[in-house]
Amino acid sequence: MHAIEKILAKNSGRSTVSTGEIVTAKVDFAEINDLYLQTVYSFYEMGGEKVWDPERAAFVFDHYAPAPDMKSAANHDEMREFAKKNHLRFHFDTNCGVCHQVMPEAGVIYPGMIVVATDSHTTTHGAFGAMGTGCGATDMATILITGELWFRVPEIIEVRLEGQAPKGVYPKDVILSVLGKIKADGAVYKAIDFTGSYVESLNVAGRMVICNMAVEMGAKTAYMQPNEDVLKYVAERAVRPYEVQYTDPDFKYEESYMFDVSALEPQLACPHSVDNVHPLREVVQDGPVAVNQGYIGSCTGGREEDIREAANILRGKKIPEYTRLIVVPASSEVMLSCLEKGYIQDLMRAGATITSPGCGACLGAHEGVLAPGEICISSTNRNFPGRMGSNQAKIYLASPAAVAASVLNGRITDPRQYL
Amino acid sequence: METKITGKILVVGNNIDTDQIYPGRYLALTDPKEIGSHCLSGIDESLAGNFPKGGIVVAGRNFGCGSSREHAPIALLNMGAAAVIADSFARIFFRNSINLGLPLVVCRGISQETESGQTLTLDLEAGTVTVEETGKVYSCDRLGDQAMKILEAGGIKPLMRARLGKTDK
Repeated sequence: MHAIEKILAKNSGRSTVSTGEIVTAKVDFAEINDLYLQTVYSFYEMGGEKVWDPERAAFVFDHYAPAPDMKSAANHDEMREFAKKNHLRFHFDTNCGVCHQVMPEAGVIYPGMIVVATDSHTTTHGAFGAMGTGCGATDMATILITGELWFRVPEIIEVRLEGQAPKGVYPKDVILSVLGKIKADGAVYKAIDFTGSYVESLNVAGRMVICNMAVEMGAKTAYMQPNEDVLKYVAERAVRPYEVQYTDPDFKYEESYMFDVSALEPQLACPHSVDNVHPLREVVQDGPVAVNQGYIGSCTGGREEDIREAANILRGKKIPEYTRLIVVPASSEVMLSCLEKGYIQDLMRAGATITSPGCGACLGAHEGVLAPGEICISSTNRNFPGRMGSNQAKIYLASPAAVAASVLNGRITDPRQYL
Repeated sequence: METKITGKILVVGNNIDTDQIYPGRYLALTDPKEIGSHCLSGIDESLAGNFPKGGIVVAGRNFGCGSSREHAPIALLNMGAAAVIADSFARIFFRNSINLGLPLVVCRGISQETESGQTLTLDLEAGTVTVEETGKVYSCDRLGDQAMKILEAGGIKPLMRARLGKTDK
């Protein structure tokens, strides 16, 4: 069996599971973000009275952090009341950050677990050898009542990433190149296991970048076998004991894709689709692409490593007039660390706007939405029409270094010339 | 549950994500009718107001990809959609829709061969889609047992209420 199948088997009280089977599995941690007041409504509509286990469910207020309008403020209020009433041990209010960063920091993510959250990017936690998957409000209400959810045991495909990335090529470039090949619907309902020497030597943040975007291929979940970095991170934080699962050597993947990372160059996902991926160099060869805004943030692009790359490029320089850069640290822990290391100060002196930790403008809610006709280069994970504001805005996805290089130059720019 | 659904169709393209079905700027709304009035406004603001009640959305590949927002099927239901037929669906959107009692049916290629304003009849039991104007019949994938069980109960909420022994609603 694959490690993912072993996790599903263990949590559904079976010795084995097989592809396509429907199992009802225990959920080890459930997270509700602040777009999902409907979860509370569905909970009561279904006859729920109290949360099954107050140690294993939490709200994270990240999409509207802090509340941009009265409606979202009122939604927060209703969710706070529900959290208090159920004596939830963990509560992450508007001062914390994006759920997929905040949960691992708080130690509620660890290898061998099932985490379900009301957010499609829950695939992120494959970085820790956990099975993470997203759901909607009513599935979440089912979990809050019963502690369980039904799952179809997925087909598992292997994405093998071999080699060392050249200078200027980041985990975001790697996952964009994978997306360009496998496409936005290439893994619908399947699990993706990222393997290979690149993954084995990748740090925690880089692993999270890659697993985060597995859902952009339609994947149900992602997986990476934990390495030393992950085990060290988790050992310092995990709130309960855990067991790492391992894939049996005779396991057969439904399909295997192989990528040589050492031959890669900086990538760009062009409007308006995450799989419209081209080498950045080729896009700008056809003529300069002026940018109005750069954006560094989100559950895939707002970690300390991302902000550091931007600071390294922008330190001592000035972003030109009429071009703006918005930097949104993924969590308060990330922001504090970036402050201690001076990255935030470097970026502010260069002319960047720093906003409070959270999802910000990634989904067009607030703090840097786009006007019609504007062009944004962003380290986030989606460039759908209207994602960051106007339907008539254009979003290019790239590494944080490419975002920093591009705002510095006022047009999309290969970051390698600044390294 | 009605196993035969007849309605006028609206045809949309491939990879219609949940931001196009229900843009992020409306996510704080909680009133279902208001949510329905913004359905598909990421494609065109006027689609929801002109959608035929009891109509069917016909789409290409990967309908409902992107965010897990349950607002997407809530918006479709409250816009008046009785079903969605597509080449394929994204996973979380599929679960959310079935949970709320919105039938989703995979019928490959149909978005290429139909146009908005035509009338389709979807037969969930037979697994067929008929274009009323031409009489042409297409076969579609049958829903799995788990999904059918939920749909037949009218969604996951009545199922859970029954499981919890709540019969007052």
